[in-house]
Amino acid sequence: MKQISPIFKREFLGYFRAPVAYVFLVSFLVISVSLGFSRYGGFFKAGVASLESYFVFFPWLFMFLVPAVGMRLWSEEKRSGTVELLFTLPVTTLEAVLGKFLAGWAFLALAVLLSFPMAATIAYLGSPDWGVVITTYLGAILMAGAYLGVCSLTSALTKNQVISFVLSLAACAVLLFLGFSSFTDTLEHVLPLPVADAFANFSFITHFDAFTKGIVDPKDVLFFLSLTGFTLFLNVVALER
Amino acid sequence: MIEVKGLVKTFGAIRAVDGVTFSVKRGDILGFLGPNGAGKSTTMKLITGFLRPDAGTATVDGIDVTADPVAVKRKLGYLPESAPAYPEMTVEEFLGFIAEVRGFRAADAKRVQVDRAITLTHLAPVRKQTIETLSKGFKQRVGFAQALLHDPPALVLDEPTDGLDPNQKIEVRSLIKGMAATKTIILSTHILEEVEAICTRVIIISRGKVVVNETPAALRARQPNARLDEIFRSLTASDV
Repeated sequence: MKQISPIFKREFLGYFRAPVAYVFLVSFLVISVSLGFSRYGGFFKAGVASLESYFVFFPWLFMFLVPAVGMRLWSEEKRSGTVELLFTLPVTTLEAVLGKFLAGWAFLALAVLLSFPMAATIAYLGSPDWGVVITTYLGAILMAGAYLGVCSLTSALTKNQVISFVLSLAACAVLLFLGFSSFTDTLEHVLPLPVADAFANFSFITHFDAFTKGIVDPKDVLFFLSLTGFTLFLNVVALER
Repeated sequence: MIEVKGLVKTFGAIRAVDGVTFSVKRGDILGFLGPNGAGKSTTMKLITGFLRPDAGTATVDGIDVTADPVAVKRKLGYLPESAPAYPEMTVEEFLGFIAEVRGFRAADAKRVQVDRAITLTHLAPVRKQTIETLSKGFKQRVGFAQALLHDPPALVLDEPTDGLDPNQKIEVRSLIKGMAATKTIILSTHILEEVEAICTRVIIISRGKVVVNETPAALRARQPNARLDEIFRSLTASDV
């Protein structure tokens, strides 16, 4: 496990060596803040010092933006042939997968945390419940990890970054829509209620919602962490096959 | 030092490596010859643990690569074909990364190793340049520097002189020759004179099988009046 740190360092700094990091961070913040301030978000109209109207878009935003971060993780290594270099260095597949995943996750966490001016804004405008703000940030970062796990896996399946992006987007969309109300309604009509419920339980929205209300339910934390762990396990399998 | 026994690797219906067996001692430079697609690179990928063999074994210093791939990778320096490297990194950053993965974590030890590799491969003028801006010859040398960085007991070089100009080729050859006394070296090439110039033994692979395993002089003696490429052609004609 000692080998994780150089791989993490290279991958994380790699985002900043290319313009990727700056383009991503700026777009992410501009889009998320404008959505929050828009009439769909209603940040000001709500008249409440809370970040709920800001974070409510995160599951949707992540659906597009996390694949943009995750698609390069393995596809680029495969395309440029550096995967051969990496796997003839004394590292195990698990170390490489974890190092790269953690770097991407840290980068996404940085993007989420850079929204701190929003937190400062509500602190200036009123007296927010800091507990809720903190659990929301925690939920967003955990959710980003689960999304990235999915994207890292799909990225390991192909050397084409476009295919990787589209596959990631599709997989993330499924995991998102399972919890979207109109979709679950349809499911309930078609399937027995317990089965439909079980499907809805796999959605990011269902599990992220509780965090935005200040609730840290161990089963939500476990959901995100186990989904992350499972996709990373498949990621190792996909690379070793 | 490196022993290969009955290696087999198939991709779909194609048997890329078909029962390759040979061994290389310390001090030997083994030249791997063969037409494109004959299985040279695949054999090297099997030895270095990048691919897993369907049958047979490859051992480095007594360690089986399928049993303990990480231990084998520690002992080997490997230059993959076309010398892949992370294009957005500078030469120094890239070699620094390799040094860290190779276990040189302390700043001093890392700098010593990186400097040594840069000096050996004459990369000093471009050490601060990103790899994507380098010419092919320099890129090749970065790959070479990466393989040499930890002073490994065994080197596997896939077409080390590919893309170099004649001066650079001679320089790389003399570098390889200079290291031969203390190391085991396997290199693949298309250039027949290269084999004569530096190799102590030559293996010709055709359709995944070893067809020749002897000294360059013995190869030459097969048809005393023919040119080396004519001998090569007659041995691998079935491959065309």
